[in-house]
Amino acid sequence: MRLITTQLARKGLLVLSRVAALPALLATSAATWAAPGDAVVDEAQRWVLNMTEGVTAVSREIFDLHMLIFWICVAIAVVVFGVMFWSMLMHRKSAGAKAASFHESTMVEIAWTVLPFMILVLMAIPATSSLIKIYDTSEADIDIKIVGYQWKWQYEYLGEDVSFFSNLTTSQDEIYGRAPRGEHYLLEVDEPLVIPINKKVRFLITANDVLHAWWVPALAVKRDAIPGYINDAWTIVEEPGIYRGQCAELCGKAHGFMPIVVHAMEEQDYSDWLVEKKKEALEIAKMNELVLPLDEMYARGEEVYLQSCAACHGVDGKGGVGPSMVGTAITTGPMQGHVDVLVNGVQGSAMQAFGNQLSELDLAAVVTYERNAWGNNMGDMVQAVDVLNYKKNQ
Amino acid sequence: MGDHGPAKGFGRWLYTTNHKDIGTMYLWFSFAMFLMGGVFALVIRAELFQPGLQLVEPEFFNQMTTMHGLVMVFGAVMPAFVGLANWLIPMMIGAPDMALPRMNNWSFWILPFAFAMLTSTLFMEGGGPNFGWTFYAPLSTTYAPPSVTYFIFAVHIMGASSIMGSINIIATILNMRAPGMTLMKMPLFVWTWLITAYLLIAVMPVLAGCVTMMLMDIHFGTSFFSAAGGGDPVLFQHVFWFFGHPEVYIMILPAFGIVSAIIPTFARKPLFGYASMVYATASIAFLSFIVWAHHMFTVGMPIAGELFFMYATMLIAVPTGVKVFNWVTTMFRGSMTFETPMLFAIAFVILFSIGGFSGLMLAIAPADFQYHDTYFVVAHFHYVLVPGAIFSIMAAVYYWLPKWCGNMYDERLGKAHFWLSFIGLNVTFFPMHFVGLAGMPRRIPDYALQFADFNQIASMGAFLFGFSQVFFLFIVIKTIRGGAQATDEVWESPEGLEWTVASPAPYHTFTTPPAVK
Ligand code: HEC
Ligand SMILES: [Cu+2]
Repeated sequence: MRLITTQLARKGLLVLSRVAALPALLATSAATWAAPGDAVVDEAQRWVLNMTEGVTAVSREIFDLHMLIFWICVAIAVVVFGVMFWSMLMHRKSAGAKAASFHESTMVEIAWTVLPFMILVLMAIPATSSLIKIYDTSEADIDIKIVGYQWKWQYEYLGEDVSFFSNLTTSQDEIYGRAPRGEHYLLEVDEPLVIPINKKVRFLITANDVLHAWWVPALAVKRDAIPGYINDAWTIVEEPGIYRGQCAELCGKAHGFMPIVVHAMEEQDYSDWLVEKKKEALEIAKMNELVLPLDEMYARGEEVYLQSCAACHGVDGKGGVGPSMVGTAITTGPMQGHVDVLVNGVQGSAMQAFGNQLSELDLAAVVTYERNAWGNNMGDMVQAVDVLNYKKNQ
Repeated sequence: MGDHGPAKGFGRWLYTTNHKDIGTMYLWFSFAMFLMGGVFALVIRAELFQPGLQLVEPEFFNQMTTMHGLVMVFGAVMPAFVGLANWLIPMMIGAPDMALPRMNNWSFWILPFAFAMLTSTLFMEGGGPNFGWTFYAPLSTTYAPPSVTYFIFAVHIMGASSIMGSINIIATILNMRAPGMTLMKMPLFVWTWLITAYLLIAVMPVLAGCVTMMLMDIHFGTSFFSAAGGGDPVLFQHVFWFFGHPEVYIMILPAFGIVSAIIPTFARKPLFGYASMVYATASIAFLSFIVWAHHMFTVGMPIAGELFFMYATMLIAVPTGVKVFNWVTTMFRGSMTFETPMLFAIAFVILFSIGGFSGLMLAIAPADFQYHDTYFVVAHFHYVLVPGAIFSIMAAVYYWLPKWCGNMYDERLGKAHFWLSFIGLNVTFFPMHFVGLAGMPRRIPDYALQFADFNQIASMGAFLFGFSQVFFLFIVIKTIRGGAQATDEVWESPEGLEWTVASPAPYHTFTTPPAVK
């Protein structure tokens, strides 16, 4: 028994010394831990210890508040732990200390009740004034509605007829280590939210399915996205740049895979972008008048499917979170029912209504694809205009 | 009256109404759950060792975070404290047993069934609960896997067990004290448990109501939490945290009691400010009912609510500070030695205070907009729960184990266990402050590259901490099976009636009430 225990203790020490040496070890050879080919993160970012100061007046104020409270805590800790370590060093039995017997003092108790209370009041004053500032969402220049979906964000520029979805672009291959990971691994999207600098932008935040939370650290904006509620928040970004954040409320399987990217640009660039976006919307409307042959619809549908559906129904259509698409009553049944599932979703399930998420052309294409892929071979197809009519007539 | 011993065989444990047997079963059960919850935690840390998905899929990852939380809170920490209460409260107040011994048996024996049911969901189609231990609706209702019904049933059973346990503890403390044992003479462990038991009785029914509303939403067409049906997802959070915040104190008040017993013994000096400790505990319990929405600063409350919950939360720092100051003053000018229970108790005071400091930071609502739902929060609550609740339980085991089994544990091994745990814990949880502040959300199975280094360190610390607890198991078994004979006092003149009975404590103690000075 003795032998085992001493051996165990020795092993423990070995592990201990290894762990103690870890930081040094990692600092020199950290590259070996990452998969070969992954983007190298620069030193300054790798060992970030503190909150970002951000790029807005509010974010800097929050940072200052955070540091203020932190230093007050450090000061208290130095005093309390100081007394404690002093006692542990000086009042040891092995050093011959004899125990005193005092064990009560009302004065002292009152002192260390009142003093902390006063410190708290000092903390509460700046905290209150910051909070009042953050809650003042009045007089915004631009209103953007943000809707959280499982697992993407929708941005709608109110009064501008511009609305789009923002999806993660990091590939499955990167996630599963089959391809080197890029610099903005998991923090990159197909279409970022674009806002102008030096304008008060108000966000109206809600969700379509479960809870999400929209968070961009550099703007110090974090608000829960809640179905049935519209929360507001605002920001005035001072420096052009690209700011990244993530969904901050557990929202299911791909909670870690719905990033937020904000592209803040000069006012002029923003106006140009907005004009361009509106033009795009017009083009999409025009595309809806197109009538395409089966092979083109199939190819387009495959793209849409991989982008929007494969996460749940599987790349091979065999299902996952959602059911299999192979030879089912819907995918090989009447066209009407198939279009209906896509446009209106299935109430109370993870199958969302895609009617407002995808263009009519894309809806038609993905239905066509599903009816002809994976051996479904229905041979039939549906056009954008049919979907448009279906929507109008329901 | 003859001193009859325990029955033989399995029947002893199944039918026992003896507070020591039941305490022992609670403690072993909680240790088993601690190891199981620990394995879940290691699955999480292993997956987070590197960026990318290597070991588990996100669905399973979410089940692991959920089950880790549920099992540790309801399976490890709470039953461990109830086990300690069973063993110690009758001996501390000079009572022969708990007031309601048959109910005591029942409140233990339903627990294994609850956890068997909860764990079995992992093997069901659609998987186990995957919505976090806070199970926010509608992810836990409309969007939940079918196994959620089993989860709800398991929570009901756990709640029933806790309520019965609390009634028993209150009845015991109020009715069975030896003559002369006035309330203000009770050891602090008894005081803190008395207050904890009231907290449990107040909030467990709220939790039961919460999961019942979920059940109705899922199976009976109601819409308590569904916006589409006119319900309110935010209502869920208010109800949950009205339970959840006092729950946090349920897991820490008995720890305060333990530490208040250990520090005076090894400082060889009476506890400083006994009365103020009692009042501070009561104030914390009261405040714990009016701070719940500090978990919800980002849901979009009106500013008046935001301010109220911020101020109330900051106030908790006052009584908590009083406790820490009292412990430190107890050590001051003592004659200290550093046996294993004392090491754990000192680590408790230091590390719990660090968790308290980050708690104070989190209370500042504007700053919480940056901290909320990040690893900073994960670091915070692990600092109050691991070196808080868990270290206090380990301290208690080392401190009272000689009384329970009559043998001294091996001091060298105990200290090795302490240092391994202490280092493992800090290596695991300290870096989480950094990644949290740098912007890493909690509950994600994969992360951006800049978080890789600190996550690696945290994962290694977690494995060190995890395996140290297997070492703990070894030490405890070794002590039970043999070791130096413990004296009746065990330590150098410790306070309390439990040290006046023989070591090991006889099957029945205080069948005639002791004299209390
Ligand atoms: C978030 C997960 C999710 C996504 C994304 C998703 N689906 Fe679904 N889908 C489901 C679920 C779950 C069901 C089953 C609904 C039910 O009947 O309860 C379903 C059902 C369906 C059905 C009916 C299947 C049948 O035979 O009953 C079709 C067709 C379908 N989805 C097509 C699509 C298409 C096309 C897309 C992409 C535009 C898509 N889904 C995206 C989850 C999803
Ligand atoms: Cu989300």
